[in-house]
Amino acid sequence: MGFVDATSTLINPRARRRRLLRKRFLRRPLAIVGLVVALTFITCAIFAPVIAPYSASATDFNALLAHSSRHHLLGTDELGRDVLSRILWGARASIEAGVFSTLLAMAVAVPIGIIAGYYRGWIDAVIARLTDVLLAFPFLIVAVGLAAILGPSLTNATIALGIGAVPALIRVARGEALALREEDYVRAAVANGASDLRILIRHVLPNMLSTLIVQATVAIPAAIIGEAVLSFLGLGVQPPTPSWGVMLADAQSYLSQAPRLAVYPGIAIFLCSLSFNLLGDGLRDIFDPRTTR
Amino acid sequence: MSLLEVEGLSVRFDTDDGPVHAVDQLSFMLADGEVLGVVGESGCGKSVSFMSLLRLLPETASVSGTARFDGIDLLASSNARLRAIRGRRIAFVFQEPMTSLNPAFKVGNQIGEVLRRHLSLSRADARRRTIELLDLVRIPSAERRVDEYPHQLSGGMRQRVMIAMALACDPKILIADEPTTALDVTIQAGILDLMRDIRERLGTAIVLITHNLGVVADVADRVLVMYAGRKVEEAPVHDLFARPQHPYTVGLLGAVPRPGSGRLQEIPGRVPSLAELPKACAFAPRCPRADQLCHAQVPELREIEARHLVACFHPGTHAEAA
Repeated sequence: MGFVDATSTLINPRARRRRLLRKRFLRRPLAIVGLVVALTFITCAIFAPVIAPYSASATDFNALLAHSSRHHLLGTDELGRDVLSRILWGARASIEAGVFSTLLAMAVAVPIGIIAGYYRGWIDAVIARLTDVLLAFPFLIVAVGLAAILGPSLTNATIALGIGAVPALIRVARGEALALREEDYVRAAVANGASDLRILIRHVLPNMLSTLIVQATVAIPAAIIGEAVLSFLGLGVQPPTPSWGVMLADAQSYLSQAPRLAVYPGIAIFLCSLSFNLLGDGLRDIFDPRTTR
Repeated sequence: MSLLEVEGLSVRFDTDDGPVHAVDQLSFMLADGEVLGVVGESGCGKSVSFMSLLRLLPETASVSGTARFDGIDLLASSNARLRAIRGRRIAFVFQEPMTSLNPAFKVGNQIGEVLRRHLSLSRADARRRTIELLDLVRIPSAERRVDEYPHQLSGGMRQRVMIAMALACDPKILIADEPTTALDVTIQAGILDLMRDIRERLGTAIVLITHNLGVVADVADRVLVMYAGRKVEEAPVHDLFARPQHPYTVGLLGAVPRPGSGRLQEIPGRVPSLAELPKACAFAPRCPRADQLCHAQVPELREIEARHLVACFHPGTHAEAA
């Protein structure tokens, strides 16, 4: 492929690499859709107070369970609250839980995984076996259990989802570190007198970043769905604060009269997690050195 | 005055199939500013010996012996002390230039890292010195190359970068482990030229580990021939090439391709297993001169002329008909 062209040495290499990645990204329409939709949800979450036509808890008793109309684009719920507004506000809980739980999981899992993979020996054996044990519990069961112990709130749900995602991430980070420790440049760094900490931070971590970024785009939708589940079960966001999970739970009682109350938040959950997944697939492709397109 | 004095160095790997004696009772000296060639076939322990000096081997290796360098015993030093020596006083250049650089950083930053770690230079000073070093290893337009990533450099250039990195802190000893093996012939010549230049200009002692006798003849002052983890012959380069004594050395020299000399002489047989310490000469099964004595006893090193050591019961320069 036309990787090294004649002008290569004349252009700043970092800019070239960025340009190449951008070019590859733009060739993947699904990834672009994913990025756009994900960004839309993030924007909605941040600017919900500005964008939403009504406050999330404002009730309109003249329009209970109303169909979509000019005033309420997606209709209203049993208390006359505007569904569109609640979905926009609900994006806050979802994005918050998705992003922060993933950041938390990374912050915990990556150092542990790197240490296990780089040092091997008994510390690796202990960490790896422990991870295996934790992985035997399904993610949601762990998250539900932890959320129940911590008590219901968005913060606690985020913490529970983060901890639940730790074992899988440890495994990824450990696997990468196992491979990277054998790299010649790590050996060369040792021979040049680099300390362990420096090798881990300068040589191991940066070379696993692309894998971690891709992993994050998988972990975020899992956490978004997890947040919806926890809120649905009453372990996450507490009413009247809106969340897609809470909306689904409320919609249950009106399923026969107003199924749309369940459909709209369902679609939001679906689109939001799908967008991050598509973005993740695209990123994995463009970061993969075997990709030639 | 010798810079490095190694006495009775043994390296044993404990594997699942039992111990492997990679190096057995190796002793040698390295003088200030000297170029020592270390030759032998794959697996004879030449790389392992030198990596063991800086504790670069995996943990399954047990190393014994002493290695005096600058008043301390390397093999008995703490890890922290060794870290201060690695790259600063004794530097390594590895065989694989293509993969020995971290792909995530510009080459300049990687050299700069060594400078800043060992010499505590500022960012700007490190950069200036890095450009000087790239110049020294004859990388054209060093100011620009400094900001390039490893994948933008050719193999020969990457090896030059590795050498620049090794020379960054003006080490007393540069250990080059097959520095030219992965490169093509024209580039090889350039790298060897560079090695000579470094020795002359900086007075760095160089250990050149190779299986290529041509390389040794080209740059080394003294040669150490290893076979199955032991030193079998050691001599100044001219003596070794003019009057090789050990039949293995004779065989090696016979196996050097020369234009127009017909079929290459090979050394029959294979390298012995290193699973147990030999009770006889390790080369005996492949040796045309071997007799009962060779199969019964391990030959000791003897000095058969000044500075020329050989471990053989039947030394001599003659080549046997195979």
